[in-house]
Amino acid sequence: MADAQATAKAAPHAHGAAGIAPSFGIARLALYALLVVLAFLFLMPVYVMVVNSLKPLDEIRSGNLMALPQAWTFEPWLTAWSTAQIGVQPTGLRPYFINSFLMVVPAVAISTLIGALNGYVLTQFRFRGAHLLFAAMLFSVFIPFQIVLIPMAKTLGILGLAGTVKGLVLVHVVYGIGFSTLFFRNYYAAFPNELVRSARMDGASFFGVLTRILLPNSAPIIVVTVIWQFTNIWNDFLFGVSFSDFSSFPLTVALNNLVNSSTGVKEYNVHFAGAFIAALPTLLVYLLSGKYFVRGLMAGSVKG
Amino acid sequence: MRAGFLPKLLISPSALLVLVCVYGYIMFTVYLSFTTSTMMPSYDLAGSSSYKRLLGLENWQVSLVNLGTFALLYIAIAGALGLALAILIDQKIRAESAFRSIFLYPMALSLIVTGTAWKWLLDPGVGLEHTLHSLGWEAFSFGWIKNSDMAIYCVVIAAVWQTTGFVMAMFLAGLRGVDTEQINAARVDGAKTWQIYLRIIIPQLGPVFVSAFVILAHMAIKSYDLVVALTNGGPGRSTWLPSVFMYQYTFTRNEMAVGAASSVLMLLAIGLIVLPYLMSEMRKVKNG
Repeated sequence: MADAQATAKAAPHAHGAAGIAPSFGIARLALYALLVVLAFLFLMPVYVMVVNSLKPLDEIRSGNLMALPQAWTFEPWLTAWSTAQIGVQPTGLRPYFINSFLMVVPAVAISTLIGALNGYVLTQFRFRGAHLLFAAMLFSVFIPFQIVLIPMAKTLGILGLAGTVKGLVLVHVVYGIGFSTLFFRNYYAAFPNELVRSARMDGASFFGVLTRILLPNSAPIIVVTVIWQFTNIWNDFLFGVSFSDFSSFPLTVALNNLVNSSTGVKEYNVHFAGAFIAALPTLLVYLLSGKYFVRGLMAGSVKG
Repeated sequence: MRAGFLPKLLISPSALLVLVCVYGYIMFTVYLSFTTSTMMPSYDLAGSSSYKRLLGLENWQVSLVNLGTFALLYIAIAGALGLALAILIDQKIRAESAFRSIFLYPMALSLIVTGTAWKWLLDPGVGLEHTLHSLGWEAFSFGWIKNSDMAIYCVVIAAVWQTTGFVMAMFLAGLRGVDTEQINAARVDGAKTWQIYLRIIIPQLGPVFVSAFVILAHMAIKSYDLVVALTNGGPGRSTWLPSVFMYQYTFTRNEMAVGAASSVLMLLAIGLIVLPYLMSEMRKVKNG
């Protein structure tokens, strides 16, 4: 017992379940050394991306990927952004970056709203098949989207939305319902019922409960959903490559074209700059709100 | 409260969309897999001929073997490394959240970005091999990505880098929920830290192992973007996965029925892994 108390005192802010006693010198040192080495390994690919996007091409060919630039240049970024050959025209990634934004903003907004509404209905009202409906939505999160590609392509064609950003918005809204509903349903299931009940007693309408009670208390789950949907939709490749054309490619598809279909000289520095441009929005979101990103991941993995 | 007209009305568009665009489309694709569809969907039934053709195709067999290799290594390595990272992080370390963020950030990246970065890192002409040569280690050789026997391992490396942090986060959540009384008792009895992990903590993480397995296995089966960006299925077809096969046969080789059949088999595989898991999770919720 004395031992356990001593350990607890030595680490007053500890929340781990078990651990090497913090006072143990060599083991601690080895632990930190290992963690730092691993951290370097995890950071290395992005370090390589950034450093080599700021080098002239011959410096990459003659030097090594780990070295800092000798002649710093912003040229690869400008090329990747505005002059690299992606479609027929040397437009750079800019128009596709815009496509991705035009796709992601409405898709995230609409699917989050739908999720909130569904979560509200599924937790506050009883109706036949509610449980089955939720299970059906939940499973839709896991399906391999290859199974819907052919009929969805046909549907978009019939609707006149094939090869358009609008079509991609529709697709992402449809296949985002599962996740956004899951997030809100689980959040509202744990919401204190007395608040909703007393609002109803005071005569709040259907929408009154939603807009005055639930939504004002939903900030965390709204953030989680927005971040999750933003990251997923921004990073999507399969729908983008299946349903868009040169005018409506999202950024991931354009980046893949830039890197994989370039003929002649491989401009590694431009590829790295392009990859980093594509990574920036989601990376920024992650850095600014990593906590919510993790919550989304957890909610998406531990269901129920 | 019993649902009146309005709540039912408001949830019905979602219900309809999911019913049609998920389950209806699945039925449609299943139907197509039994037809003679080539470039365009055709509705003439042809029995199970496309499944027979699919199973006989060498491209499909290669894709399946690749998926087996990839999934096995990916699940094992990402799982083990994720658990190891979680245990390291759980040692009451300083800067814990910084380390966590570093191990997890690749999850925020597009797999096309990951594929691009690793494509050049693993390329012998410009990446690690070239770098070590220029640093004076002339004998170093690492050309897996150009070698059709080894390229699939490159896909494993990049995929492990992308998702290990996710597995770490899952295990870390599990570790933080472990009962501390038993641990303290064991420590009083003089148990070593590794013994405590092996005998007390890890056995309690069973549900996390199951979740991690389901998540990683279903990600492995769905893997597509990474292969396209990293190797584009090559060299030759040495890194084809069922997802690559499906896209190729459906959209570029004009064998839509075969492509549809391959996607049906992908769905079946995922269903076999995910459905028992989801059912047990939902039962847990129902029972409290």
